[in-house]
Amino acid sequence: MTEDQHAIAPNPPRKALLLHRQLDRVWSDLPGWRGTVCSVNHGTIGLRFMATSFAFFAIGGVLAMLIRAQLATRDGAFLDTQLYNQIFTMHGSIMMFLFAIPMLEGLSMWLLPKILGARDMAFPRLGALGYWCYLFGGIIILSSLLFGVAPDGGWFMYVPLSGKTYSPGINADVWLLGVTFVEISAVAAAVEIIVTILRLRAAGMALTRMPLMGWYMLGTAAMMLVGFPPLILGSILLELERAFDWPFFEVMRGGSPMLWQHLFWLFGHPEVYIIFLPAAGVLSTIIPVFARVPILGYGAIVAAILGLVFLSFGLWVHHMFTVGIPHMALAFFSAASALVAVPTSVQIFAWIGTMWAGRVELRLPMLHVAGFFLTFVMGGLTGVMLAMVPFNWQAHDTHFVVAHLHYVLVGGFVFPILAGITYWMPMISGRFRVRALGETAFWLILVGFHGTFFLMHLTGLLGMPRRIDRYPDNPEWEWLNLISSIGGMVMAMGFALFVLDIAMQWLFGRRSHRNPWRAPTLDWAMALPAPSYNFASLPGPGRDDAGAILPLARGEGLLPGAPRNRREVLVTDAGTGRPSHVAVMPGNTALPIWTAMVLGSFFLLMLAGLYVVTPLAIAAILWAGWQWGGFMGSRADAPAIQAAPGLSLPEHWQVRQTLAYSGTVTLLVADGTLYASLLFGVGFLTVIAPNWPAPVSGLGLGALLTAGAALSVMTVATLAARLAETRRATPSGAGFALAGVLAAGLALVLLGGLAMLLDDPRRHARDALRAVLLGYSVFHGVVALMLGLRSLCDARQGRTGSQRRGAAPVWQLFQTFWLTTSVLSLGVIAVQEIG
Amino acid sequence: MLIGSGLITVLVLALAGLAVWRGPRPSDERRWTIWWGLGFSMSVLAVLLAFALWAGERMIARDDGALQVQAEAQQWGWRFVQPGPSGPVETEGVLYVPAGQPFDIVLTSRDVIHSFWVPQLGGKMDAIPGHRNVHRLMADAPGTHEGLCAEFCGIGHAAMRFEVVVYDPAAPPPFVSAESLP
Repeated sequence: MTEDQHAIAPNPPRKALLLHRQLDRVWSDLPGWRGTVCSVNHGTIGLRFMATSFAFFAIGGVLAMLIRAQLATRDGAFLDTQLYNQIFTMHGSIMMFLFAIPMLEGLSMWLLPKILGARDMAFPRLGALGYWCYLFGGIIILSSLLFGVAPDGGWFMYVPLSGKTYSPGINADVWLLGVTFVEISAVAAAVEIIVTILRLRAAGMALTRMPLMGWYMLGTAAMMLVGFPPLILGSILLELERAFDWPFFEVMRGGSPMLWQHLFWLFGHPEVYIIFLPAAGVLSTIIPVFARVPILGYGAIVAAILGLVFLSFGLWVHHMFTVGIPHMALAFFSAASALVAVPTSVQIFAWIGTMWAGRVELRLPMLHVAGFFLTFVMGGLTGVMLAMVPFNWQAHDTHFVVAHLHYVLVGGFVFPILAGITYWMPMISGRFRVRALGETAFWLILVGFHGTFFLMHLTGLLGMPRRIDRYPDNPEWEWLNLISSIGGMVMAMGFALFVLDIAMQWLFGRRSHRNPWRAPTLDWAMALPAPSYNFASLPGPGRDDAGAILPLARGEGLLPGAPRNRREVLVTDAGTGRPSHVAVMPGNTALPIWTAMVLGSFFLLMLAGLYVVTPLAIAAILWAGWQWGGFMGSRADAPAIQAAPGLSLPEHWQVRQTLAYSGTVTLLVADGTLYASLLFGVGFLTVIAPNWPAPVSGLGLGALLTAGAALSVMTVATLAARLAETRRATPSGAGFALAGVLAAGLALVLLGGLAMLLDDPRRHARDALRAVLLGYSVFHGVVALMLGLRSLCDARQGRTGSQRRGAAPVWQLFQTFWLTTSVLSLGVIAVQEIG
Repeated sequence: MLIGSGLITVLVLALAGLAVWRGPRPSDERRWTIWWGLGFSMSVLAVLLAFALWAGERMIARDDGALQVQAEAQQWGWRFVQPGPSGPVETEGVLYVPAGQPFDIVLTSRDVIHSFWVPQLGGKMDAIPGHRNVHRLMADAPGTHEGLCAEFCGIGHAAMRFEVVVYDPAAPPPFVSAESLP
C-alpha cells in the first residue's frame, strides 16, 4: 500500500475548524421541519431507519406479550381466535419486514460510508425514498390492526387460505400491498449498498483489504437483490388473483398452491441469512477491538461469507419437507441444509480464535457478544436437527420450531445488534453511557429470553403445534407455557431498560472523547458525534485507519472541504480502489417524500379496490420519476478537479462508468431475478400443476404478427439508443434519440394491441401468466420510453457533448433488457403453443 | 441427537469462555478455521446426515402393497376411508388402523392446506388441494392416539383434532355399525 506508484501526496494542512464550517454548510440538513422532510444525508436517514425499526420492534414485542398472555393458561379467554390470528401474523410480519430488515438497512446506511471512508452513500435520494416507503408502508400495515382488519393468515400467507375464497376481507391485501410497498426500500437499499461498497471505498482500499463489515454487507445486499424479487413477484401474482381473479394458485384453473410456497421460501430462507450476515459483521468488527488483536482468518471469513451467500439459495425447500416432494430432492436439500452450518462454524471458530489470541475486555458490547454465543450456538444446532428429514417431520410446525427460530433470530440478530448499538452509541450521541443500566438490561434480556424459549423446545416435542390459541385438552403443556410467559415479561422489561439506557446516554451522558474504544477502523477517524460530512478530507493510502484522524481533519487527505459548494464524493474502481472520478451528489430535496407519497397513493387505491382511479396514481408516479432525472446532466464540460497534488479527476458527467450506471446494472440483476422467477412459475405450473393442459388458446397468426412487429420496432429503438450515444457530439445525435423514442412508443402501442388479442386471463393459469408476461414487457417499455425522452431532452438542451453522455447509456441498458426479456417471453409462449 | 447437541454447545461455549478468561496466547489461524471450523463441523454433519438418510429411507412410503387408508381434510375436520370387513368404510374424525403393520395414508384436501399429524405415531404430512400425498406410519400396539392439524388453516385450526384408534388385527372392532357415518 505504500508502493510509490500508489502513494498519493498529501494536500497542504489547513485549519480544521474552517474546513468543518465550509463542509457542514453544504452537507447538513435544512433547519426545522424542512430538514425532516428534505434530508438525504446517509447519517440522518440511517439513524431514522434504526429508530423507526426499534419503534416497530417495540410494537411487535407488545404483540408477543399479548400472545404469551393468551397462552399462559390452557383456556386463555384473553383474546378471541380471530384477533389472536391477526396478532401472531402481525408479530411475525412486523419483526421480519418492519424491524429486522430496516434495522440492518439503517445500520449499513449509517455505518458503511464511515467505515469505508466516504462522505455519503451512492444514491442519497434513493435512501430517503426507501425510508419514506418503509415508514408509509409500515403505517398502512399497522393501522390495519387498529381497524381490526390486520392480516390473519400467518406470516407466510399460504394460499389457498390467503386467497379470495377463504380470506374475503382486505386483511390479506393489507399484507400483500403493504409488504410490497415496504420492500421497495429493501431493493433500493440493496442497490445502494452494493454500489457504495464497490465504488465509494477510500482511495487505494482494495476489495481484498476492506474491513470485514464491507464484505458482510456486500453478501447481505447480494442476497437481498436476488432474494426479494421472488417474494415481490409472489405478492404481485397473489394480489392479481385476489383483485382480478387471475388464477395462479387456484387448482381448478391450472394454478397450484405450491407455487406460492416456492416463491415465498425462495425469499424466506435467504432472508434468514440476510438478517444474520450484518449481525455477524458487527461481531467481526467488535470482537477484535475488545480482544485488542486483529481478526484471525480474514480470508477464511470472506470465503465463509461467499459460501453462505451461495448455499443460502439452495435451502428453500427445507421449509417444505412436509408438502410431499420427491425422495431424492429431500435428500439433496437435507444435505444442503446441513452444509450451511459449515461456513457458520468457520466464523464462530475464527471469533473464538481471535479471543484466544487476545486479552478480552468484557465491556458492555462484549456482554451482548457473549449473549450471542450462548444463544446462537444452541439455535444453530437445533437447526441442524431440523435439517434431518425424519426429525423435521416430527417437529415441523410445533413450538420446537418456534423456539429454534427465536434462538436463531434473537441470538443471531438481536444480541449482535444490541452489541452494535452500544458499541456505536458514542459515535451517534457523542457521549459515554450512564453506568450499570446497560448491564442490568443485558441480564434481564438474557435470562428472560432463555426463560421464554428454552423450555419451549420441550413444549414442542410434547406435541404442541404453532398458532393455536387454546389447548383445553392438554393440561400437560400448561406449566411450560406459563414459564414461557413469565420469561417473556422479564425479557420485555429488559428491552424497556435498554431503551431507557440509550435515552439516558443521549440526554445525560458525559461527553465522549475521540475513539473511546481505541478501535482501528476508519469509522472512528472522525470527531464525535459524527459530522454530517464524515471526513473533512477523504482517506487514502497511508491514511486509511483510525490513526489518520488529525491529518484528515486538517484537510491533508483527498478532496478537502467543499470549495465548489456542492456535495462531492470520490468514486473509485470496484476492485483496486484506484480513484476514478468525482461524483456530485444531490443535496436536500423533498422529491423522495413526494415520490413515496404518490407510490403510497397507488397502493392505497389498490387496497381500497378503486381500480378505475389507479391510472391517475400511475401518471403521478411517472411524473415524479421524470423529476428525478432533472438533477442529472451538465450543460458544459468542467475542468478536472484536483483531489490531491498530482491527482486530477474528471466530474462524473464526463465519464461513462458512473454510479448511476453501476446502480442500473445492479437494479437490472434484481429485475432479471424477478423475471427468472416468473419463468420458473410458468415452468412449474406447466409441469406440476393439475388441470393442465390448458384449453385451446385463441392466439393465431394475428397475434404472432403483432408480437413480431413489436419486437422489430423494439430492436430499432435499441439500435437508435446506441447511435444516440455514439453520435452524441454530432447534430444527428438528437435525431437518433427522437427515432428511438418514436420506435419505443410504437412498440408500446403494438403491445397494447397484443393485449386485446390475448385470451381472457381469468380462464386458466396459462392465460393469466401470458397476461403477466405482457404486462412485464409493457412496464419495461414505459421505463425505457421515459429514459429515451430524458436522453432526447439531454440532446436538445445541450447536456451532451464529446465527453458528456447524458442518460443515453442507462437508456441503452433498459432498452436492451426490455428487448431481451420480450424475446424470451415470446419464445416461451411459442413453445407452449407448439408443444 | 439431543445429547450430542448439548455436548457441542458445552464444548463451544467452554472454548469461548476459556478464550475470554485466560490471558492472550498464541493462536494459530489454521487450527481454528481449518481444523475446528471445517474439519470438526463437517465430520459431525456427515455422521448425522448418514444416519438421517438411513432412518428416512425406512420411513418413505413405497409401493409394497401396504394397507392404504384415505384422509380428506377440510375446514375444520377430517374424513377417513379405511378398509372394513365388507368394503371401504367412511368415518369422520376417527381413523382405525391395525397395530403392528405399516400403513399408508393418502392425504387430500377439499379447501386449504392442512397437515396430518399424530405426534405419538411419527412425522407429519401436508394435505394440499389438488395434490395427493402419501405418508407411511406404523403403530406398534393397540390404543388410542390423538391427532391434529399442524398447518395453520383459519379460525377453527386449534380445534381441528381427530383420533386414531389402533386395534389388534386379530380382533377388529365392530366400528362399521357404531361410529361410521354415511
